[in-house]
Amino acid sequence: MKPFEAVGRRACEYAASMRENLAFLGETTVCALSILARPRRFRLGDSALAFERASFDALPVTTGIGFLLGLILAFQSAAALKMFGVEVYVSDLLAIALFRELGPLVTAIVLAGRTGSAFAAEIGAMKVNEELDALTTMGLPPVRFLVMPRVVAAVAAMPILTIFAELAGLIGGAIVLRMMNVPPSVFWRHVADVSTVFTISFGLAKGAFFGALVAIVGCAAGMRTKSTADGVGRAATSAVVGGIVSIAVADGLLAYLCYLWNI
Amino acid sequence: MSSSIIELEHVDAGYPGAVILHDVSFEVKRGEVFILLGGSGCGKSTVMKHMIGLNPVLAGTLRVAGMEWSAKTRDELFHKIGVMYQSGALFGAMTCLENVMLPLEEFTRLRRAERRDRAMSLLADVGLADAADKLPSEISGGMKKRAAIARAMALDPEIVFLDEPSAGLDPISSSALDDLVLKLRETKGMTFVVVTHELPSIFKIADRAAMFDKARRGMIALGSPSELREKSEDPFVRKFFNRGESHGKSG
Repeated sequence: MKPFEAVGRRACEYAASMRENLAFLGETTVCALSILARPRRFRLGDSALAFERASFDALPVTTGIGFLLGLILAFQSAAALKMFGVEVYVSDLLAIALFRELGPLVTAIVLAGRTGSAFAAEIGAMKVNEELDALTTMGLPPVRFLVMPRVVAAVAAMPILTIFAELAGLIGGAIVLRMMNVPPSVFWRHVADVSTVFTISFGLAKGAFFGALVAIVGCAAGMRTKSTADGVGRAATSAVVGGIVSIAVADGLLAYLCYLWNI
Repeated sequence: MSSSIIELEHVDAGYPGAVILHDVSFEVKRGEVFILLGGSGCGKSTVMKHMIGLNPVLAGTLRVAGMEWSAKTRDELFHKIGVMYQSGALFGAMTCLENVMLPLEEFTRLRRAERRDRAMSLLADVGLADAADKLPSEISGGMKKRAAIARAMALDPEIVFLDEPSAGLDPISSSALDDLVLKLRETKGMTFVVVTHELPSIFKIADRAAMFDKARRGMIALGSPSELREKSEDPFVRKFFNRGESHGKSG
């Protein structure tokens, strides 16, 4: 009986956790709508602070990773394209890959590791310290007070981080091609030729969507924190893992939709 | 106006799937200091969580200021109560003053200067005017609890709940906090519901107390502290008070 009991218990726990997540998503959506109706209820100061931490403080690491990503991609693709004497097309490949896919994806993964975990830890520590209960009994819904400012901050930060990561990646690619005797002017002209406003804005919008996912998953993990010694640590881990999985699933779905709609 | 401000009728207290206390019935009168009393883990904080609307009761009826907790009455009831949590639960990124100003900022139409004056006056009431600009991490445990009481009183609630106000405090700070409760009851006329098992505090501030027992999963005594100590036939109540008395004497 024990294995069956274990499976049943895990299934019940999973179902309960899914129900909690759905309830949280619903509460967040309702709260977002109520703030749209009454914008003065939005805590702009808290959001600005979260935005500063999520964007400007994360710029060095995001730009560095973007630069290395461009460098590595350029080296790997140039090795193959060089056999056909068309290494100049590395610039086209880089621009399309970074603007459409890798820029928002990698930036969102960095955001999940850095900001999603921080959101979970901050809210988790507040929960352990009974601050969430204090908010509730003051009549201040924790979702409006703590979650919405962070979600808005992450949504606003992602396009900025993404564009910096993409530009750094392109600079990395330009350096590699320069080493292969492709002049920077040729590199940038190819980049400009394949980069449409739609491609760039589609990538940035995708980044903003991933930012919302990371923030919601991180805040939800914080709100579910248990008052145990390792509760906050577990919440942070759960925020990172949940954030990355949700980004991957959402990106897969978007890729499929883009294929269906021929975007 | 009814003299009872909180009424519990045949309440089962606990969490879904785990009843901690069965069939609890008592009422708290307006303006009294009422103690929820018992050993560790007996469910007194759980009863308080039902009273402050954090958890719904499992069975029975609980009325606060004549209303039962529901989605419709929630917001109104939250403005009738103030809560001081065991840790103080001050917001770490805000100063004491900002913590007290927060409910005023959210629920009143006062101007910033007026909010500041009101918050400063509340901090002065609890003896913290000098610590207004300090962060919670820069003040002692007793000061945090006093700041939390000031925040709990910001919207002039009818009932103030205090969860273990003496926990983690030295006897002098604990006694000062008791004096503060008595002073606030006297000056503001608020009702206080206090969760504690500190006998010196109970004898100093309580009008009445309800005592709970973990083993019997229910309320075992109700009355003034001196009635409980002198008249109760219940062996657990006698043991609880006699032990406390010997502690008091040795202290």
